[in-house]
Amino acid sequence: MNYEMENYDIAVVGAGHAGVEAALAAARLGCKIALFTISLDTIANMPCNPSIGGTAKGHLVREVDALGGEMGRAADACFIQSRMLNAGKGPAVHSLRVQADRVKYHTYMKSVCEKTPLLDIKQAEVAEILAEDGSVTGLVTKLGAVYKVKAIVLATGTYLRGLIHIGESSYQSGADNVVAPMLLTDSLKALGLPMRRFKTGTPARVHKRSINFDLLEKQDGDEDIQPFSFETDREGLHNQVSCYIAYTNEETHRVIRENLHRSPLYSGKIEGVGPRYCPSIEDKIVRFSEKPRHQLFIEPMGLDTDEYYLQGMSSSLPEDVQLKFLRTIKGLENVEIMRPAYAIEYDCVDPVAMRATLEMKCVKGLFGAGQFNGTSGYEEAAAQGLIAGINAAKSVKNEEMLVLDRASSYIGTLIDDLVTKGCSDPYRMMTSRSEYRLILRQDNADERLTKIGYKVGLISKERYEDFLKKEEMIATELQRVKKTTIRPSEKLNELLVSRGTSPITTGVRLCDLIRRPQMFYADFATFDEGREELPYEIKEQVELKIKYDGYIAKQNEQIEQMRKLEKKELPEDLDYSKIRGLRLEAIEKLNRVKPLSVAQAGRISGVSPADISVLLVWLGGKNRNES
Amino acid sequence: MSTVAAISTPLAQGGIAVIRISGENALTVADKIFKSVSGKVATEMKGYTSAYGKIMSDGEEIDDGVLSVFRAPKSYTGEDVAEISCHGGVFVAKKVLSAAVSSGAELAEAGEFTKRAFLNGKLTLTEAESVIDIISASGEQARKAAHSAKEGALYKKISGVTKRLVGILGELAAWVDYPEEDIDALEPQVLSDTLSSIYDELSALSKTYDSGRIIRNGADTAIVGRANVGKSTLMNYLLGYERSIVTDIEGTTRDIVEETALVGDTLLRLSDTAGIRQTDDVVESIGVERSIKKLDEADLILAIFDSSEPLTDEDLSIIEKVSGKRTIAIINKCEKDRKIDIEKVENVLGEPVFISAKTGEGIKDLERRISEVLSLTTLDLSAGLIANERQKRCIDKALLSLNEALPALSIGETLDALTVILDEALSALLELSGEKVTDAVVDEVFSHFCVGK
Repeated sequence: MNYEMENYDIAVVGAGHAGVEAALAAARLGCKIALFTISLDTIANMPCNPSIGGTAKGHLVREVDALGGEMGRAADACFIQSRMLNAGKGPAVHSLRVQADRVKYHTYMKSVCEKTPLLDIKQAEVAEILAEDGSVTGLVTKLGAVYKVKAIVLATGTYLRGLIHIGESSYQSGADNVVAPMLLTDSLKALGLPMRRFKTGTPARVHKRSINFDLLEKQDGDEDIQPFSFETDREGLHNQVSCYIAYTNEETHRVIRENLHRSPLYSGKIEGVGPRYCPSIEDKIVRFSEKPRHQLFIEPMGLDTDEYYLQGMSSSLPEDVQLKFLRTIKGLENVEIMRPAYAIEYDCVDPVAMRATLEMKCVKGLFGAGQFNGTSGYEEAAAQGLIAGINAAKSVKNEEMLVLDRASSYIGTLIDDLVTKGCSDPYRMMTSRSEYRLILRQDNADERLTKIGYKVGLISKERYEDFLKKEEMIATELQRVKKTTIRPSEKLNELLVSRGTSPITTGVRLCDLIRRPQMFYADFATFDEGREELPYEIKEQVELKIKYDGYIAKQNEQIEQMRKLEKKELPEDLDYSKIRGLRLEAIEKLNRVKPLSVAQAGRISGVSPADISVLLVWLGGKNRNES
Repeated sequence: MSTVAAISTPLAQGGIAVIRISGENALTVADKIFKSVSGKVATEMKGYTSAYGKIMSDGEEIDDGVLSVFRAPKSYTGEDVAEISCHGGVFVAKKVLSAAVSSGAELAEAGEFTKRAFLNGKLTLTEAESVIDIISASGEQARKAAHSAKEGALYKKISGVTKRLVGILGELAAWVDYPEEDIDALEPQVLSDTLSSIYDELSALSKTYDSGRIIRNGADTAIVGRANVGKSTLMNYLLGYERSIVTDIEGTTRDIVEETALVGDTLLRLSDTAGIRQTDDVVESIGVERSIKKLDEADLILAIFDSSEPLTDEDLSIIEKVSGKRTIAIINKCEKDRKIDIEKVENVLGEPVFISAKTGEGIKDLERRISEVLSLTTLDLSAGLIANERQKRCIDKALLSLNEALPALSIGETLDALTVILDEALSALLELSGEKVTDAVVDEVFSHFCVGK
């Protein structure tokens, strides 16, 4: 028996990393939000790695923060170890990664949601989405409660019709044994959403006292810790735990090989498509049989627990086999499993069904975010959640929606990849996915996005003014460095030679010295008389802007070209088979994706430069016809 | 829009050839390659004016000619345009074009000038439709050409280089995106050696294209016939010198011999195929197989039959294979007694041409027929050329990027900057297949590295 409940502007289905960002953003933009979760105790849960950030993912967190999202602040508040990865590989690929306290992170996010005005949290299973004339009108819970809403964000993670596999056993369940919603998929299919099934997995959690840490390599955090959030004070941040490294060996591999027949992956029981980048240990051993050992990281799950996470050992082998192969590893001879590793299959949507606003093409007001959209990872989820939340709010207010292009951010790249290329397995962000990665650095996320965040309404005036001040300081110092000439001196030449670069005989501009790959801004402190002491972030930006000047200018040129084509809009209802001159393959791909601009069309694989020329000419003719 | 250049006159022997440069920097490019006698420079010349002078490449004079300047919007394309008229002949024109390209112009796509003219409001809608036809034909032809060239050395080389570049980028990507896996860094020395060898390979390819006697354009023409009907003799006659080994032993021509020849006023790319016959000789049977394949790719087939012998089963099977294709039946060895059943040939392939490749009798008739057959149809003579132009342009773009990457590497620039330049090189090479760099690299990472949690 259905019954009417309160009306809301927007419902968010799922309170994981995507759902939380979506709900917070939309509520902060003044919309009345109902955030639905199967269990209040799993809000912003980390059912896999207790870690935030990593290569390209760290960039995403910084970007979420620069736009006014929550993840960066939460990670800064709850981290227990922090490291900047890829130091020494170039600033574009520096990536921040932290171990987070899993329970504390959940508590932090739950509390932020609870304290946010206009945001109501509801423990309920959403069973049906209601729509009329192609627009969202509400939803129905499993208990029969009807909520009228104007927009919905779907952020169901890995829960939708979740099926956990451990060896020969399998059972319906979401991650961490939370109930799996079984009804919603049919309703989504009925609305025309192309649903599919993906698979992912997680390793075992083991007890601290069963690990012999003396036999393991220790990995400590950075001494000089950088926070994720541009708002977090760098002072007072410190590491509280260490992580450890262990290795599999021939014996481990033998045990796994001998038991492969008991893995649901190899018996054909699992239908879902698994991620290529997150292979289970059995996958690694079969596909890379020549590797004598595989590395694993042993990471604490939090300060108030003795659970440890075994990164690199995701598996769907039976529990007894898991125990057996783990105990072959040096340092884990007596290991005790607290939660076994498992594989999980779940329903998600083919992201090509969405526009870059993350709104479904077939239902107005229906948005998708996170693993529901075929991605993997908390950071990817948070990034999409933020955009879906902003755009759901904008759709309710009848404002123009926000689309970030590829040149603006990893967030834009992620979403463009999803809606343009789709994904054949869970999508993970990587620096190699961005053609503009020299500009999309984690250190300048605020420069790229804070203005947008302010305009959207998620960045406070105070923070925006601080940001402008920072920009000004950077510009002033940059100007000064460009004008400053450094005279040759014995001491300076000694330094230059010691780094393997040539000494100077006449005065040289400071910026030209900094441009030398072996030299850094800080090196010239004693030679640069007019220098004032500046905050770290300012010095960093000045140095990078000088060092990569040429590359940045070049990438900016490419960006300009791309943005010109981005402005050439293609109608969404265009039937490409009607355009004379396109090749068959291009017609098929274009009709599937229905790109919104010529630039987007050009990124579809199988669409050639000649096809793009045809589209340009067609557009030219069309525009002339209309005018 | 970028600045593009192309040879605007037909690629054949002629009195003069015109190289057109169009785009924002057209006049700057012209200044780099054209030194006028009067000292006028293109960037300061008014629209609709000309100057006489020398055309230069790398400090050397290639030719003398006339530069005409058109100022936007009063030009064919609506952009700034420089047109350089030089002496005719494909070779000189190609050199001038190369000079323009190395001075900052990009090679124009087929139909590019017309496309620009249209986009800048210079053409009507009806005219625009013909542009689309040109573009799509060239796109389709390029794809077809790339496909049919798949067994060719050029294609193999390009795809080999592409693979190596993807390999390097994949390795760098895995190393950067998976810092926690035990993936070794590429040694700078190995990296620079590999890039240098890729550079050398591409640059050699690019050069062979430039110095090629005449670019291999024109109608792709296959000469077919059973063994010893006189295919090679005909080819040699058309070429004017001995290229194929001519003997009386069946199966002498074991491979496809390719040459370009001006037959009458038509440029042909002739392939003398091995005789199509059953054979136990391994080498020869490969030749036979290629001959059959060649038929499917040719624009024109010259099917030769021996007048002095009755049609054999093999002749009949050739007639069957070429029927429905653009074929001219040739009855050779007319100097001997006729024993052939002409009607059987005529019924399927139309009226034959009678010649004696030995004496040259009937060759004029053949020339006439060839130009008839080719001009009767809408064959795009430049199609084969465009495929080559495209490949050349891709190679040159890749070279340009590599040229930037190598010094960056040697002065110790960080690898994040380097990979961005290498992406550009790869992007140029992948242009033909329509593949995208980020996809190719990401796929490479996952197929070759054991990465992930």
